[in-house]
Amino acid sequence: MADLTTNFVGIKSPNPFWLASAPPTDKEYNVRRAFEAGWGGVVWKTLGAEGPPVVNVNGPRYGAVWGADRRLLGLNNIELITDRPLSVNLEEMTRVKKDYPDRALIASVMVPCEEDAWKEIIPRIAETGCDGFELNFGCPHGMAERGMGSAVGQVPEYIEMVTRWCKEATDLPVIVKLTPNITNILNPAQAAKDGGADAVSLINTINSITSVNLDSMSPEPMIDGKGTHGGYCGPAVKPIALNMVAEIARSSGTRGMPISGIGGVTTWRDAAEFIALGAGNVQVCTAAMTYGFKVVQEMISGLSQWMDENGHTSVESIVGRAVPNVTDWQYLNLNHVTKARISQDDCIKCGRCFAACEDTSHQAITMSEDRVFEVQDDECVACNLCVNVCPVENCITMETLPAGMVDERTGKTVSDDYANWTTHPNNPGATAAE
Amino acid sequence: MTRHIRESGVRAGRLDTENVQANFTDLHPPYDPHEAVVAADRCYFCHDAPCMTACPTSIDIPLFIRQIATGTPDAAAKTILEQNILGGMCARVCPTETLCEEVCVRETAEGKPVEIGRLQRFATDTLMDKDVHPFERASETGKKVAVVGAGPAGLSAAHRLAMLGHNVVVFESRPKGGGLNEFGIAAYKSTNDFAQQELDWLLSIGGIEMRYGQALGDAISLPSLQQDFDAVFLGMGLSAVNALSLDGEDTANVSDAVSFISDLRQADDLTALPIGRRVVVIGGGMTAVDAGVQAKLLGAEDVTIVYRRGQSAMAASAFEQDLAQQKGVRLICNAAPVGIEGHGKLTGVTFAYTEVQGGKLVTTDETFTLPADQLFKAIGQTLGDMPEALTLAGRKISVDDAGQTNVPGVWAGGDCASGGDDLTVTAVAEGRDAAMDIHATLMGAN
Repeated sequence: MADLTTNFVGIKSPNPFWLASAPPTDKEYNVRRAFEAGWGGVVWKTLGAEGPPVVNVNGPRYGAVWGADRRLLGLNNIELITDRPLSVNLEEMTRVKKDYPDRALIASVMVPCEEDAWKEIIPRIAETGCDGFELNFGCPHGMAERGMGSAVGQVPEYIEMVTRWCKEATDLPVIVKLTPNITNILNPAQAAKDGGADAVSLINTINSITSVNLDSMSPEPMIDGKGTHGGYCGPAVKPIALNMVAEIARSSGTRGMPISGIGGVTTWRDAAEFIALGAGNVQVCTAAMTYGFKVVQEMISGLSQWMDENGHTSVESIVGRAVPNVTDWQYLNLNHVTKARISQDDCIKCGRCFAACEDTSHQAITMSEDRVFEVQDDECVACNLCVNVCPVENCITMETLPAGMVDERTGKTVSDDYANWTTHPNNPGATAAE
Repeated sequence: MTRHIRESGVRAGRLDTENVQANFTDLHPPYDPHEAVVAADRCYFCHDAPCMTACPTSIDIPLFIRQIATGTPDAAAKTILEQNILGGMCARVCPTETLCEEVCVRETAEGKPVEIGRLQRFATDTLMDKDVHPFERASETGKKVAVVGAGPAGLSAAHRLAMLGHNVVVFESRPKGGGLNEFGIAAYKSTNDFAQQELDWLLSIGGIEMRYGQALGDAISLPSLQQDFDAVFLGMGLSAVNALSLDGEDTANVSDAVSFISDLRQADDLTALPIGRRVVVIGGGMTAVDAGVQAKLLGAEDVTIVYRRGQSAMAASAFEQDLAQQKGVRLICNAAPVGIEGHGKLTGVTFAYTEVQGGKLVTTDETFTLPADQLFKAIGQTLGDMPEALTLAGRKISVDDAGQTNVPGVWAGGDCASGGDDLTVTAVAEGRDAAMDIHATLMGAN
């Protein structure tokens, strides 16, 4: 069986599946259950400064978006950092780490943007025996209004400054958790690196309103007739997270910085995708909140099987394997020509490909009286919409035209030479082809 | 089980009230709202959907299912009822397994179609439970139309005509309306007096006068209707039944299955309805299955349906055949009745095995006798006596695509008219389409 152990910035864990800092990791009771279920690590729910604990709303904290059969696709929350006393959390963390020395225990921290505050709390937390820190610069609700969370994460200078304070306060690894509520993820990532961070973790949740109650005309979740934006997570945010992870993994300034991938990891495959795009491990929250801690068992068995079947011996060996294939649009091969192919044996004749192509694309699929759907190569631009709307997996596929064949749409012979926009004659800024 | 179960002869009370009630509950229980949403989620919203093409009334099935899925079942009901005003009953009695659900792409994909019939029932029940009638009459046209027969075809025509502003009088030979919905289908397909509820709801559009106990050729005649009304629609169904033409057919306890079903549907207390211990049903259609299954549910010990051809030739759908067998009814195929046994008191029915020779069905010398104390004939219904002016096509009133007969101003639809299957849903479509043609004619568009 493949070796799933990971060493992420010096923090060892038996598998790459950590629970993200969130409600599931708020206290000893949950974390012990998580470790018993098999989670490789836990980022403890964010600790705040000593003093009166934060308070949470007493109405709904979560809103949701559902797919077919009420499958939960997106979740948002307006919960704040831990509302339990600091000392209680520290005692519990100490006990748990002592009982589970092989698991990763990371302390998430958020205190006001003052040097003393950070330098006072970091060493105190380190006494629990935790394996590292994660700086919460991501929470988009509540704490941000008080100058913490994403309010810090949206200002690269603050990120760099606070990261530096923390690095000065501890020898343990410091991971900076990034907010996606920015225009360019590279700026905060670079700031974390410049501040000396050992790694970044991303994404935190996305500002969101999940729905509007049309009776009360209030956003959901609704508290006494009012709602506020909450942090969105779950399967729906995965594409956004994957892109941000990839951008950090492939950009010259941030390339090579360890990444803990977060954002809609629900199955082993999601985890493998994050890892392939450069994450050294993944953090999970919504999947556990939807299905319970047991989901990690499917993630472990699925990742192991896939690694075994593909000859991957360690997690480390697959980190970033897809990064070289992430490129800019201008470098995509314009000589690569594909056409949609419909398997008549697999077709169930629903006609969704026809409706999609006829109404909204390129009129490249015909429908006969007896409901046979066929691609017209002279119209097909290979947009892939038919593949995406077909309810039968692999019924419609994209076939690559071999070199020498004529593309009936353009009348041009397909070439196996690589050619992209930078050299295209229609590009006013094109450089001459070599 | 009561003491009467093994007593021979035709007798009431074979089962106690509790068991009979349990036996005659809804065949397809209604969805609750959660089940409906889950079931609706499976619809792919096909382009030019095959289910819609397969529906004789062309209900926009993908649209109404999407309306259920998005929390607007009342709108779904209106989508259904616009095409099929008896959508509530059709949801219960349509052989969906040979219509919309047979061609559902998820039947192709997984052998498990979207349950269109049950979804339709959810939508129509939701609306009708609120006692909402979603259509309004157009302003009155001053035209009068006579409709003969208050079955699915007649009611469908009457509603559409009334909606378009015409004044309609429905003449019905029986003391109440509904036609086969009320008298002709198995009780477990239409529970809680649904046919009458639906009739009352349909009439709430206004502009329809019901006259019961008035049969064509008796209280009314075609010439008198033509004289008194601007147009006439005939939807009186099939009033005669085919005979076996065997000696002893007039023996006691040899009867038509349609009469048995009608008696059963009109019975206030099913434990008071007599049924044999050993029942034989001859036929291969829905009526044979409805009679056989209900005989079993009333407590008959042995029920056998005997059909003269092979099982695949049965007019009853595969679902109906399975239902019969699930309920413990035995099917014997390739056997035709050749003798009714007993002298004045039915003791059995003798059959000869059949085979096809040179494309023709013939009986062989090999026979067997089923002991029986009750025999139901379900070998088809035919048109009763018709006004001479009407041209027939085979054994039905000849009509064109719009439902017009050879007599100007007279339309026909449903089982009495040529074309289409003898199904409730087909009758509804024909009544509706004839109404549209009548309207066009009366308003001078034709």
